[in-house]
Amino acid sequence: MDSLIALWEWLGTNLIVLQILIKIVVIVAPLMLCVAYFTYAERKLIGYMQVRIGPNRVGPKGWLQPIADAVKLMFKEIVIPTKANKTLFLIAPLLTLGPALAAWAVFPFSDGLVLADLNAGLLYILALTSVGVYGVIIAGWASNSKYAFLGAMRSAAQIVAYEIAMGFALVGVLVAAGSLNLGEIVRAQQSDAGIFGWFWLPLFPLFLIYFISGVAETNRAPFDVAEGESEIVAGFHVEYSGMPFAVFFLGEYANMILISALTALLFMGGWLSPLPASWVDGVFLLGDGIHWLFLKTAFAGFFFLWFRATFPRYRYDQIMRLGWKVFIPITIVWILVVGLMVVYKFAWFS
Amino acid sequence: MKMLSDYIKSLAMLELLKGLRVTGSYMFKKKFTVQYPEEKAPISPRFRGLHALRRYENGEERCIACKLCEATCPAAAITIEVSPPLPDGSRRTSRYDIDLFKCIFCGYCQEACPVDAIVETPIYEYHFENRTDAVMTKEKLLEHGDKHEPALAACIQADGKYR
Repeated sequence: MDSLIALWEWLGTNLIVLQILIKIVVIVAPLMLCVAYFTYAERKLIGYMQVRIGPNRVGPKGWLQPIADAVKLMFKEIVIPTKANKTLFLIAPLLTLGPALAAWAVFPFSDGLVLADLNAGLLYILALTSVGVYGVIIAGWASNSKYAFLGAMRSAAQIVAYEIAMGFALVGVLVAAGSLNLGEIVRAQQSDAGIFGWFWLPLFPLFLIYFISGVAETNRAPFDVAEGESEIVAGFHVEYSGMPFAVFFLGEYANMILISALTALLFMGGWLSPLPASWVDGVFLLGDGIHWLFLKTAFAGFFFLWFRATFPRYRYDQIMRLGWKVFIPITIVWILVVGLMVVYKFAWFS
Repeated sequence: MKMLSDYIKSLAMLELLKGLRVTGSYMFKKKFTVQYPEEKAPISPRFRGLHALRRYENGEERCIACKLCEATCPAAAITIEVSPPLPDGSRRTSRYDIDLFKCIFCGYCQEACPVDAIVETPIYEYHFENRTDAVMTKEKLLEHGDKHEPALAACIQADGKYR
């Protein structure tokens, strides 16, 4: 154990690139596993809500289903449409998955447990989640198919609309926390009130809007017009098969996990325990820790699946109305309210 | 006033929460799924599965080559040829084919049959490996009938009082 720690420190001084690579693998590998099992959780959960039992054949209770799906997709033929732009066609899926993974670089899993403690962490996340839309647009364009193109156009307009509401919701968090550093944002939520000290309460409208915009941003039901099966087959990824399709799929689910984790971090106190610190200090598992972050992320992720099992798809103009005429005004008003609360040191901000 | 209350209701997302409550409660309901190869759904004695030709208890074929089934078949799936009369004077078929690709499993053949010879069995698990196997010949139909006679008799017994 001591020699391992010594080796780790030696890596830190002499071969820092290797050390960082190891850290990246330690973050990305479990993340990919989570993505795989998130698909399983989705199928199982939606099955349960439809009074079915979902996949249960591969392995005990169907636990190996995601592995079987991955293996199947790997062995499938990659069909590239004639007259498609081959380079762009193959880059597009990577452009969706890449940012969803890269965003985790600034993500604090626990106090001090972060790959890159960036002071502009929130800005970095905002930038990277916006890059994701290029994957969708390029996929739609490069496919040389009208359905893919329509899907891409819809998705682009939708993501642009919700990006603004999302950005404004984050401005509220920024004002409340007084920092762009994600770790600082979580520490600003620490108080003796436990769960009631977190930002979800003073920023409640922003919390809801952030999460709903996140659902829209990841093109999930009920905002999944970009793939609207009944109108445009599968939208931007109609022409994809095999591995590129799998990468799109991974990107979508990685994005969902990212939005869930960010909601947990920004509004639900990240790694903080929901019980007041003075009660649980030193008590096993009840104190602050990474497990609370996982629980909160899973909780937020559950809502993604619950929404999908419940709501029918929005009509396109309704989506636009909701984004531009409801969310943006509410966020602007609430930013003002948060500003006043901070200036006059109201309850949470004293 | 109405407008204002509607506005507040839509902002509070009451309808959406109602929807979530419905799906949320269904999550804990008992599941309807029948685990097919291990469990099977109950089937009616009137179930119309793979066809069979039946015999009398003494082993004599029931079919008398009256061709009513052939005439009534809406999909024209049945082909019958009549053999010359046997020494005891009875009419028999020399060919009785049902093309399962044409058959729509309507059950008119068994309704039409005056001697309960052609029946549709409760058997629904079968497959072919060649296209020619899809034609049920007389031999196959009789063999199938012999194999499942107890089940067929039970079905006819159960359904008989309603006919």
